[in-house]
Amino acid sequence: MPAPEQFRLVFKHIDEAGYTNDLACYLRNGGYEVLRKSVLRKPEELVDEVKKSGLRGRGGAGFPCGVKWTLLDRKSGKPIYLIVNADESEPGTFKDRYIIHNDPHQLIEGIMITCFANKVERAYIYIRGEFPEGARILEKAIAEARAANFVGPNILGSGYGCEIYVHRGAGAYICGEETGLIESLEGKRPYPRIKPPYFPAVLGLYQCPTIVNNVETLCHVKHIAERGGEAFSKIGTPNNTGTRILCVSGHVQRPGYYEFEVGKITMGQLLNEVCGGPLPGRKFKAVIPGGSSAKVLRFGERYKGKRKVGAEMIDYDWALEDLPMDFDSLQMIGSMGGSGGVIVMDDSVSMVEALANINAFYSHESCGQCTPCREGSLWMKKITGRMVHGDARPEDGALLKSVADQIAGRTICAFGEACAWPTQSFIAKFGDEFKAYPEAKKAPRADGVPELV
Amino acid sequence: MIQPAKPDLITVNIDGKEIAVPKGTNIIEAARRVGVDVPHYCYHSKLSVVGNCRMCLVEMGMPAVDPATKAPVIDPASGKQRINWGPRPAIACATSASPGLHIRTTTPIVKECREGVMEFLLINHPLDCPICDQAGECKLQEQSIGYGRGYSRYIEDKNVKPKRTVLGPRVMLDDERCILCSRCIRFSKEIAKDDVLGFTDRGSYSTLTCFPGRKLENNYSLNTVDICPVGALTSTDFRFKMRVWFLKQTNSIDTESSVGANTVVWSREGVVYRITPRENDAVNDTWMADSGRALYKRIREGGRLESIRALGSETTLDAAVEAAARLMAAGGVAVVGSGRSTVEEQFLSRKLAEAARAKAWLVSRVGEGDKILVSADRNPNVRGALVTGLISALPSARLDALAGEIDSGAVKTVVSVGEDLSAAGLTAEQLRKVSIVYLGTHSNPTSAAAKVVIATLTEFEKHGTFINQQFRIQRFAKAVPGVAGATDDLQALSRLVAAAGGPALGADVGSLWPAISSEVPALGTMSYASLPDTGLLVDGTPWAGLPFIEGPTLHFQPAQKEAAHV
Amino acid sequence: MMNLRPETLRKIDEVVTHYPVKRSAALPILHLVQEDQGLVSNEAVEWIAARLELQPINVYELVTFYPMFRQKPIGRRHIKVCRTLSCAIMGGYRTCSEFQRQFGTGLGEVSSDGEVTVEFVECLASCGTAPVVMIDDALHEKVDVAKARELSEKIKAEAKSAAGTR
Repeated sequence: MPAPEQFRLVFKHIDEAGYTNDLACYLRNGGYEVLRKSVLRKPEELVDEVKKSGLRGRGGAGFPCGVKWTLLDRKSGKPIYLIVNADESEPGTFKDRYIIHNDPHQLIEGIMITCFANKVERAYIYIRGEFPEGARILEKAIAEARAANFVGPNILGSGYGCEIYVHRGAGAYICGEETGLIESLEGKRPYPRIKPPYFPAVLGLYQCPTIVNNVETLCHVKHIAERGGEAFSKIGTPNNTGTRILCVSGHVQRPGYYEFEVGKITMGQLLNEVCGGPLPGRKFKAVIPGGSSAKVLRFGERYKGKRKVGAEMIDYDWALEDLPMDFDSLQMIGSMGGSGGVIVMDDSVSMVEALANINAFYSHESCGQCTPCREGSLWMKKITGRMVHGDARPEDGALLKSVADQIAGRTICAFGEACAWPTQSFIAKFGDEFKAYPEAKKAPRADGVPELV
Repeated sequence: MIQPAKPDLITVNIDGKEIAVPKGTNIIEAARRVGVDVPHYCYHSKLSVVGNCRMCLVEMGMPAVDPATKAPVIDPASGKQRINWGPRPAIACATSASPGLHIRTTTPIVKECREGVMEFLLINHPLDCPICDQAGECKLQEQSIGYGRGYSRYIEDKNVKPKRTVLGPRVMLDDERCILCSRCIRFSKEIAKDDVLGFTDRGSYSTLTCFPGRKLENNYSLNTVDICPVGALTSTDFRFKMRVWFLKQTNSIDTESSVGANTVVWSREGVVYRITPRENDAVNDTWMADSGRALYKRIREGGRLESIRALGSETTLDAAVEAAARLMAAGGVAVVGSGRSTVEEQFLSRKLAEAARAKAWLVSRVGEGDKILVSADRNPNVRGALVTGLISALPSARLDALAGEIDSGAVKTVVSVGEDLSAAGLTAEQLRKVSIVYLGTHSNPTSAAAKVVIATLTEFEKHGTFINQQFRIQRFAKAVPGVAGATDDLQALSRLVAAAGGPALGADVGSLWPAISSEVPALGTMSYASLPDTGLLVDGTPWAGLPFIEGPTLHFQPAQKEAAHV
Repeated sequence: MMNLRPETLRKIDEVVTHYPVKRSAALPILHLVQEDQGLVSNEAVEWIAARLELQPINVYELVTFYPMFRQKPIGRRHIKVCRTLSCAIMGGYRTCSEFQRQFGTGLGEVSSDGEVTVEFVECLASCGTAPVVMIDDALHEKVDVAKARELSEKIKAEAKSAAGTR
């Protein structure tokens, strides 16, 4: 079956010739009409629309956005904050970048609708430090919006007011974790908080109720407010509604960003048709479907079982290429939708070296607060580093798995899973390669195969 | 005294054992009460919870109820309510007792968690045990024996961090040993109120440090050494001096101020090696000031008196007492007692004053209170002097009235129990004018001028009690034998009392206390042997109106002053 | 002492007003100070701490945690090559080596002519156009060895003409 067309909802204007990131262009394209209508509605109505829409977070966890808003403690009397997670740092992910640089007002409109719906009067955009231009663009856009009363003390004469501030990070992946982000915003070392009791919805920024939402998620809020939650929920597939931006990188002919209805495109359609298949003379070997924290999938493997479709349990028997790219299917077969970062590796890649590269990333980014992640991530990095640059032993694969097993589920935050899953899945899917590596590495390196660590 | 209101008690189940604890009790504490040890590093009962060591992971479950009817779901096999165990272990330190909470600590998953954490803590930890002071009281040693796997699979290079960093004048840091539990950082910020410690860099390279140029030098810095679970922070004073398993522990009291922090004196073969705090949740929690720890040095330093002298030459106790009696018999006697004397010594001092028909005086010592564990009153036992009736008003720093009586000739003999009169304002001339009988531990102008000198004991060398600012009577024990040539204070005082014509009284705490409790109303219901280790509150209402100088400290609030009429 | 430009001081005063708790301004102020001075000295750490009513250690902890803050000077141009998986499998390591070779410098060092510092950094979020390099604030995409050479030539040319006008 041929791949469907892209459904450019959030990315409608990215790459559009002549589209610029200033307010005038956004207004010409119908910008802020949705906000105009939204501030005339009841805030609770808007929350309801988002619940009905079934929107799931696009930052990595896929948590239902409407549910997250419902968990907010609205009775504490403390101010409620919105934090926009623009810390896009999950390897393989590159979507928020384009929204921020090319269509910032869409984000701002989504932010303002979200703030109005949740009675937020102050929002912070936490943008990663490595987007300096993006920060400047956002500040300019906010200033423009403020001048036109889309942001500020009296939005469109409604009496409702909200300020947005841009806050730049400084190079730490852990600031993408919601409580790490909050700590960083408070001016402290970004050590994630223990949950319980520090759920952001109750005790977030400055111990006040806080929503942390991803950039893309907030853009979807605008479209939900525009079309209605029910209509939005008809896009995509049940429980995996709307569209999502898939970021394909690595060994394909046409890497890049592609926006599809969630679950309506399969891995095979995406990689072979949309992205043009493998590079000349190569074959696909492995793919990480949801950012480097997601478990790796091996080409050639099959997935079988029963899954719920509507009210029935239906058999499925999939090759990797048949895998629909939605949150539930990916989780069902043992990986995750994550941030939508699809990293493709072909047969020129040594999985041991690829894992060594990933382990170096996580050990570098571990904040160091809790024992298993701090010590375990560095240990795994040292093992894979030694395997590549020093003595590799056949039992190193088993040791790696054992170390990873001691991390996942034992840490303060999900970084424990994020650094353990790559190791666990690489060993599970490519354990043969790890066992054979001590011998295999003695062979001379093929031409054109770059080092990975 | 005041009974606390009965707290709400709820029942939790730990390894099958049920226990009722006050609502909100930390699970680690609740487990301790039923004899279940939940190993941990970063948790400390007096500091905020961070949950970063992950050693206290246990299985948690709540009783299953039908979501609609709320009826309990019964497990048909056991006939008991089913417990929904959590899908993954949770940290006990961040969990408080809630009704029906079930905890399992002996299951395979908990064992694996502990082995995993132990392995991780040890992979970058240097094998310093042979040279590390913490050996013998090291949580890493204890918990790796108790919960570790017993072998290491680590063959990579260990992280290297700075060793022997002088963090402050009293604290040494060996960064490689640090397990990054952050207890020291939390203590400095939350208790000592000196936010001077922090972690630099990140990940496994995180390192404890002060800002370059700053030091950990507040007067509570050594508490970080106490609470450091490993040998990363060590006391410079104690470093490399003695293995802790050779040391005898004796309960004592910090005499630095009227706070009366509870302490432990560690000694071996008559030599004191260090002092550490002893937990008393009503007085000092688990802390004490650095300045109080240094007091043991007074045992040997500062010019210790080591003999009995009368009229210029060394002599026996009998001869000295007789010489003193002759001086007192001439009349015009004043007794200067001390706020540093024990309750028992103050009782005998009063008896002496009565027998010699003398007025009794005390000298105050005032400093600045630090609002933590050093109060403004630098005498540990002024209240003892009030309770025993030695004095009835608060003392002043100078003995001007006494000086006047010396000048006028009304006072011809002064018996000073450990107080240097020149520090209290008496001139050298006045010291020459009167005859002085001096009982004390260290030489000073008064002992030099005295006609009779009896060397006595420091608080480390005798038994006794003090009454602190809360009117709490607390006892301390003899840690080391007295220095050769010194006489036990109660011995000397009871002999003097008898020689002055007073009653025969016991010469040790055991035999003296029946007289104390029968004659001192506030202590009437007590006996020395039955005093608990954490002390007992005495009824201080007869003295409630006195203008005590202390401000608030950790567990003390001054009585409300009346509307100011300054 | 601290010679911050008046514009920087103005921006610092302004950014503090963004937050109900002053401590939150630590990160923005660190960025401003580093842009002004080229690095964050210990003196700056103390100044910022005093400005925010914090202890110096509180700010020092941040400077050493975040890789973007530096306490040592760097070259005039800052080359950051991405090392993470997508860029690595597309040749990122070779790109980095090429830059190092072009300027004769090791990672994190200042080249002998003071012009360049090359750093190997983590994912820059442009994986679809790997290998990716940031030079100062600008992103450069699809930087293979050839393009690395090109960009290096450009930097050298700009350095020469800047030297000419200096």
